[in-house]
Amino acid sequence: MTAEAKPTVARYTEFHPRWYRPNVSVYWWMGQRQYLKFILRELSSVFVAIFVVETLFMLSALKGGPQAYADFQNTMASSLMIALNVICFLFVLFHTITWFNLAPRAMPVRMGGKRVPEFLVAAPNYALWVVVSVFVGWLLLRTP
Amino acid sequence: MEYAAHKPSNEAGFWLLFSAGGVVAAVLIPIHLFLFGLAFPLGWLPQPSYEYLLSLARSPIAKLYLFVFCALPLFHWAHRFRFTLYDGLQVKHLNEVIFTFCYGGALLGTVLAAHLLWKI
Repeated sequence: MTAEAKPTVARYTEFHPRWYRPNVSVYWWMGQRQYLKFILRELSSVFVAIFVVETLFMLSALKGGPQAYADFQNTMASSLMIALNVICFLFVLFHTITWFNLAPRAMPVRMGGKRVPEFLVAAPNYALWVVVSVFVGWLLLRTP
Repeated sequence: MEYAAHKPSNEAGFWLLFSAGGVVAAVLIPIHLFLFGLAFPLGWLPQPSYEYLLSLARSPIAKLYLFVFCALPLFHWAHRFRFTLYDGLQVKHLNEVIFTFCYGGALLGTVLAAHLLWKI
Protein backbone atom coordinates (compact mmCIF):
# COMPACT_ATOMS: atom_id res chain seq x y z
CA MET A 1 0.00 0.00 0.00
CA THR A 2 1.48 3.36 -1.02
CA ALA A 3 1.42 6.41 1.18
CA GLU A 4 -1.11 8.17 -1.10
CA ALA A 5 -3.62 5.37 -0.90
CA LYS A 6 -3.92 5.50 2.88
CA PRO A 7 -7.23 6.88 4.11
CA THR A 8 -6.87 10.34 5.58
CA VAL A 9 -9.39 9.71 8.33
CA ALA A 10 -8.51 7.03 10.82
CA ARG A 11 -11.23 4.40 11.02
CA TYR A 12 -9.88 2.37 13.91
CA THR A 13 -10.35 -0.90 12.10
CA GLU A 14 -6.78 -1.91 11.49
CA PHE A 15 -5.97 -3.15 14.95
CA HIS A 16 -9.44 -4.10 16.06
CA PRO A 17 -9.46 -7.76 17.04
CA ARG A 18 -12.01 -10.07 15.48
CA TRP A 19 -15.12 -10.53 17.57
CA TYR A 20 -15.18 -13.73 19.51
CA ARG A 21 -18.21 -15.46 18.06
CA PRO A 22 -18.16 -19.21 18.40
CA ASN A 23 -20.19 -21.10 15.82
CA VAL A 24 -23.54 -22.17 17.18
CA SER A 25 -25.32 -25.23 15.85
CA VAL A 26 -28.50 -24.66 13.87
CA TYR A 27 -30.16 -26.96 16.39
CA TRP A 28 -29.16 -24.84 19.41
CA TRP A 29 -32.78 -24.62 20.57
CA MET A 30 -33.33 -28.39 20.78
CA GLY A 31 -31.17 -29.17 23.81
CA GLN A 32 -32.87 -27.22 26.58
CA ARG A 33 -36.50 -26.90 27.60
CA GLN A 34 -36.31 -23.11 27.90
CA TYR A 35 -34.86 -22.73 24.40
CA LEU A 36 -37.43 -25.11 22.95
CA LYS A 37 -40.20 -23.18 24.69
CA PHE A 38 -38.83 -19.95 23.21
CA ILE A 39 -38.82 -21.34 19.67
CA LEU A 40 -42.32 -22.83 20.08
CA ARG A 41 -43.55 -19.49 21.40
CA GLU A 42 -42.12 -17.71 18.37
CA LEU A 43 -43.61 -20.35 16.05
CA SER A 44 -47.07 -19.79 17.58
CA SER A 45 -47.17 -16.75 15.29
CA VAL A 46 -47.36 -19.11 12.29
CA PHE A 47 -50.61 -20.57 13.64
CA VAL A 48 -51.93 -17.08 14.37
CA ALA A 49 -51.31 -16.25 10.71
CA ILE A 50 -52.95 -19.49 9.55
CA PHE A 51 -56.15 -18.57 11.37
CA VAL A 52 -56.12 -15.07 9.87
CA VAL A 53 -55.91 -16.72 6.43
CA GLU A 54 -58.89 -18.94 7.39
CA THR A 55 -60.78 -15.78 8.38
CA LEU A 56 -59.96 -14.20 5.01
CA PHE A 57 -61.38 -17.32 3.32
CA MET A 58 -64.50 -16.97 5.47
CA LEU A 59 -64.95 -13.32 4.48
CA SER A 60 -64.48 -14.28 0.85
CA ALA A 61 -67.13 -17.01 1.25
CA LEU A 62 -69.54 -14.59 2.95
CA LYS A 63 -69.05 -12.20 0.05
CA GLY A 64 -69.55 -15.05 -2.46
CA GLY A 65 -73.08 -15.94 -1.33
CA PRO A 66 -74.90 -18.71 0.61
CA GLN A 67 -73.54 -21.54 -1.56
CA ALA A 68 -69.94 -20.34 -1.21
CA TYR A 69 -70.43 -20.10 2.55
CA ALA A 70 -71.91 -23.62 2.73
CA ASP A 71 -68.84 -24.89 0.86
CA PHE A 72 -66.62 -23.06 3.33
CA GLN A 73 -68.48 -24.71 6.24
CA ASN A 74 -68.00 -28.14 4.67
CA THR A 75 -64.28 -27.51 4.23
CA MET A 76 -63.98 -26.42 7.87
CA ALA A 77 -65.71 -29.65 8.97
CA SER A 78 -63.22 -31.88 7.10
CA SER A 79 -60.98 -33.92 9.36
CA LEU A 80 -57.89 -32.25 7.89
CA MET A 81 -59.11 -28.77 8.87
CA ILE A 82 -60.26 -29.96 12.30
CA ALA A 83 -56.82 -31.45 12.94
CA LEU A 84 -55.14 -28.25 11.77
CA ASN A 85 -57.43 -26.13 13.94
CA VAL A 86 -56.80 -28.25 17.03
CA ILE A 87 -53.06 -27.62 16.60
CA CYS A 88 -53.71 -23.93 15.86
CA PHE A 89 -55.88 -23.60 18.96
CA LEU A 90 -53.21 -25.09 21.24
CA PHE A 91 -50.52 -22.81 19.83
CA VAL A 92 -52.76 -19.73 20.04
CA LEU A 93 -53.56 -20.50 23.70
CA PHE A 94 -49.82 -20.86 24.29
CA HIS A 95 -49.33 -17.44 22.68
CA THR A 96 -52.08 -15.87 24.81
CA ILE A 97 -50.73 -17.21 28.09
CA THR A 98 -47.07 -16.40 27.37
CA TRP A 99 -48.05 -12.94 26.06
CA PHE A 100 -50.08 -12.05 29.15
CA ASN A 101 -47.43 -13.36 31.51
CA LEU A 102 -44.80 -11.31 29.70
CA ALA A 103 -46.56 -8.03 30.50
CA PRO A 104 -45.37 -7.76 34.13
CA ARG A 105 -41.79 -8.42 33.00
CA ALA A 106 -41.90 -5.85 30.21
CA MET A 107 -43.50 -3.28 32.51
CA PRO A 108 -42.71 -3.80 36.19
CA VAL A 109 -45.23 -1.86 38.25
CA ARG A 110 -44.18 -0.36 41.56
CA MET A 111 -46.47 0.89 44.27
CA GLY A 112 -45.28 2.41 47.51
CA GLY A 113 -41.70 1.47 46.68
CA LYS A 114 -42.56 -2.19 46.32
CA ARG A 115 -42.94 -4.17 43.18
CA VAL A 116 -46.49 -5.31 42.52
CA PRO A 117 -46.60 -9.13 42.28
CA GLU A 118 -46.51 -10.42 38.70
CA PHE A 119 -49.87 -12.16 38.84
CA LEU A 120 -51.58 -8.91 39.84
CA VAL A 121 -50.13 -7.14 36.79
CA ALA A 122 -51.11 -9.99 34.48
CA ALA A 123 -54.60 -10.37 35.98
CA PRO A 124 -56.26 -7.45 34.12
CA ASN A 125 -55.13 -9.04 30.83
CA TYR A 126 -56.92 -12.25 31.70
CA ALA A 127 -59.98 -10.32 32.83
CA LEU A 128 -60.07 -8.44 29.52
CA TRP A 129 -59.65 -11.72 27.65
CA VAL A 130 -62.64 -13.27 29.43
CA VAL A 131 -64.88 -10.22 28.93
CA VAL A 132 -64.04 -9.92 25.22
CA SER A 133 -64.46 -13.67 24.63
CA VAL A 134 -67.86 -13.73 26.36
CA PHE A 135 -69.01 -10.74 24.29
CA VAL A 136 -67.88 -12.25 20.97
CA GLY A 137 -69.46 -15.57 21.95
CA TRP A 138 -72.72 -13.87 22.88
CA LEU A 139 -72.81 -11.91 19.62
CA LEU A 140 -72.29 -15.05 17.52
CA LEU A 141 -74.52 -17.41 19.50
CA ARG A 142 -77.58 -15.24 20.10
CA THR A 143 -80.49 -15.93 17.79
CA PRO A 144 -81.66 -12.60 16.38
CA MET B 1 -15.65 -6.20 11.37
CA GLU B 2 -15.97 -2.45 10.79
CA TYR B 3 -17.65 0.16 12.87
CA ALA B 4 -20.49 1.10 10.59
CA ALA B 5 -22.05 4.51 11.04
CA HIS B 6 -25.22 4.14 13.08
CA LYS B 7 -28.16 4.38 10.73
CA PRO B 8 -31.63 5.26 11.96
CA SER B 9 -33.81 2.20 11.56
CA ASN B 10 -37.51 1.45 11.22
CA GLU B 11 -37.38 -1.25 13.87
CA ALA B 12 -39.46 0.76 16.37
CA GLY B 13 -42.40 0.94 13.95
CA PHE B 14 -42.20 -2.75 13.14
CA TRP B 15 -41.93 -3.54 16.82
CA LEU B 16 -45.04 -1.48 17.61
CA LEU B 17 -46.98 -3.39 14.95
CA PHE B 18 -45.65 -6.65 16.38
CA SER B 19 -46.66 -5.67 19.88
CA ALA B 20 -50.14 -4.42 18.96
CA GLY B 21 -50.67 -7.54 16.85
CA GLY B 22 -49.61 -9.70 19.77
CA VAL B 23 -52.30 -8.15 21.97
CA VAL B 24 -55.00 -8.54 19.29
CA ALA B 25 -53.98 -12.14 18.65
CA ALA B 26 -53.89 -12.99 22.36
CA VAL B 27 -57.26 -11.45 23.22
CA LEU B 28 -59.37 -12.06 20.11
CA ILE B 29 -58.14 -15.09 18.19
CA PRO B 30 -58.80 -17.84 20.79
CA ILE B 31 -62.59 -17.32 20.88
CA HIS B 32 -62.86 -16.95 17.08
CA LEU B 33 -60.74 -20.04 16.54
CA PHE B 34 -62.66 -22.03 19.13
CA LEU B 35 -66.03 -21.16 17.58
CA PHE B 36 -65.34 -21.15 13.83
CA GLY B 37 -62.56 -23.74 13.86
CA LEU B 38 -63.88 -26.27 16.36
CA ALA B 39 -67.27 -25.71 18.02
CA PHE B 40 -69.27 -24.88 14.86
CA PRO B 41 -67.75 -27.48 12.48
CA LEU B 42 -67.98 -30.21 15.14
CA GLY B 43 -71.58 -29.32 16.00
CA TRP B 44 -70.88 -28.52 19.66
CA LEU B 45 -72.75 -25.24 19.31
CA PRO B 46 -75.42 -24.03 16.87
CA GLN B 47 -73.98 -22.13 13.90
CA PRO B 48 -75.09 -18.57 13.19
CA SER B 49 -76.98 -18.32 9.90
CA TYR B 50 -75.37 -17.00 6.72
CA GLU B 51 -77.70 -13.99 6.70
CA TYR B 52 -76.91 -13.05 10.30
CA LEU B 53 -73.13 -13.33 9.77
CA LEU B 54 -73.35 -11.28 6.58
CA SER B 55 -75.37 -8.54 8.31
CA LEU B 56 -72.82 -8.50 11.14
CA ALA B 57 -69.88 -8.30 8.73
CA ARG B 58 -71.55 -5.44 6.85
CA SER B 59 -71.83 -3.15 9.87
CA PRO B 60 -69.12 -0.47 9.93
CA ILE B 61 -67.93 -1.31 13.45
CA ALA B 62 -67.54 -4.98 12.57
CA LYS B 63 -65.65 -4.04 9.40
CA LEU B 64 -63.18 -2.01 11.41
CA TYR B 65 -62.95 -4.81 13.97
CA LEU B 66 -62.35 -7.47 11.31
CA PHE B 67 -59.76 -5.30 9.57
CA VAL B 68 -57.78 -4.91 12.80
CA PHE B 69 -58.35 -8.60 13.54
CA CYS B 70 -56.68 -9.58 10.24
CA ALA B 71 -54.04 -6.88 9.74
CA LEU B 72 -52.29 -6.53 13.09
CA PRO B 73 -51.77 -10.25 13.84
CA LEU B 74 -50.25 -10.65 10.35
CA PHE B 75 -47.61 -8.04 11.21
CA HIS B 76 -47.13 -9.79 14.53
CA TRP B 77 -46.43 -12.98 12.57
CA ALA B 78 -44.07 -11.18 10.17
CA HIS B 79 -41.89 -9.90 13.02
CA ARG B 80 -41.72 -13.13 14.99
CA PHE B 81 -41.28 -15.39 11.98
CA ARG B 82 -38.55 -13.16 10.58
CA PHE B 83 -36.48 -13.38 13.74
CA THR B 84 -37.18 -17.08 14.17
CA LEU B 85 -35.69 -17.66 10.73
CA TYR B 86 -32.76 -15.30 11.41
CA ASP B 87 -31.88 -16.83 14.76
CA GLY B 88 -33.22 -20.34 14.50
CA LEU B 89 -31.86 -21.21 11.09
CA GLN B 90 -29.02 -18.66 11.07
CA VAL B 91 -29.56 -17.77 7.44
CA LYS B 92 -27.97 -14.32 7.47
CA HIS B 93 -27.37 -14.24 3.73
CA LEU B 94 -31.13 -14.55 3.13
CA ASN B 95 -32.13 -11.71 5.47
CA GLU B 96 -33.50 -9.50 2.70
CA VAL B 97 -35.48 -12.33 1.11
CA ILE B 98 -36.95 -13.25 4.51
CA PHE B 99 -37.82 -9.62 5.24
CA THR B 100 -39.59 -9.23 1.90
CA PHE B 101 -41.44 -12.53 2.30
CA CYS B 102 -42.66 -11.76 5.83
CA TYR B 103 -43.70 -8.13 5.49
CA GLY B 104 -44.80 -8.62 1.88
CA GLY B 105 -47.06 -11.43 3.04
CA ALA B 106 -48.47 -9.36 5.89
CA LEU B 107 -49.09 -6.43 3.55
CA LEU B 108 -50.77 -8.68 0.98
CA GLY B 109 -53.11 -10.11 3.64
CA THR B 110 -53.91 -6.61 4.89
CA VAL B 111 -54.79 -5.38 1.40
CA LEU B 112 -56.88 -8.50 0.79
CA ALA B 113 -58.76 -7.97 4.07
CA ALA B 114 -59.45 -4.33 3.18
CA HIS B 115 -60.67 -5.34 -0.27
CA LEU B 116 -62.97 -8.09 1.03
CA LEU B 117 -64.43 -5.90 3.76
CA TRP B 118 -64.97 -3.07 1.31
CA LYS B 119 -66.86 -5.30 -1.14
CA ILE B 120 -68.73 -7.51 1.31
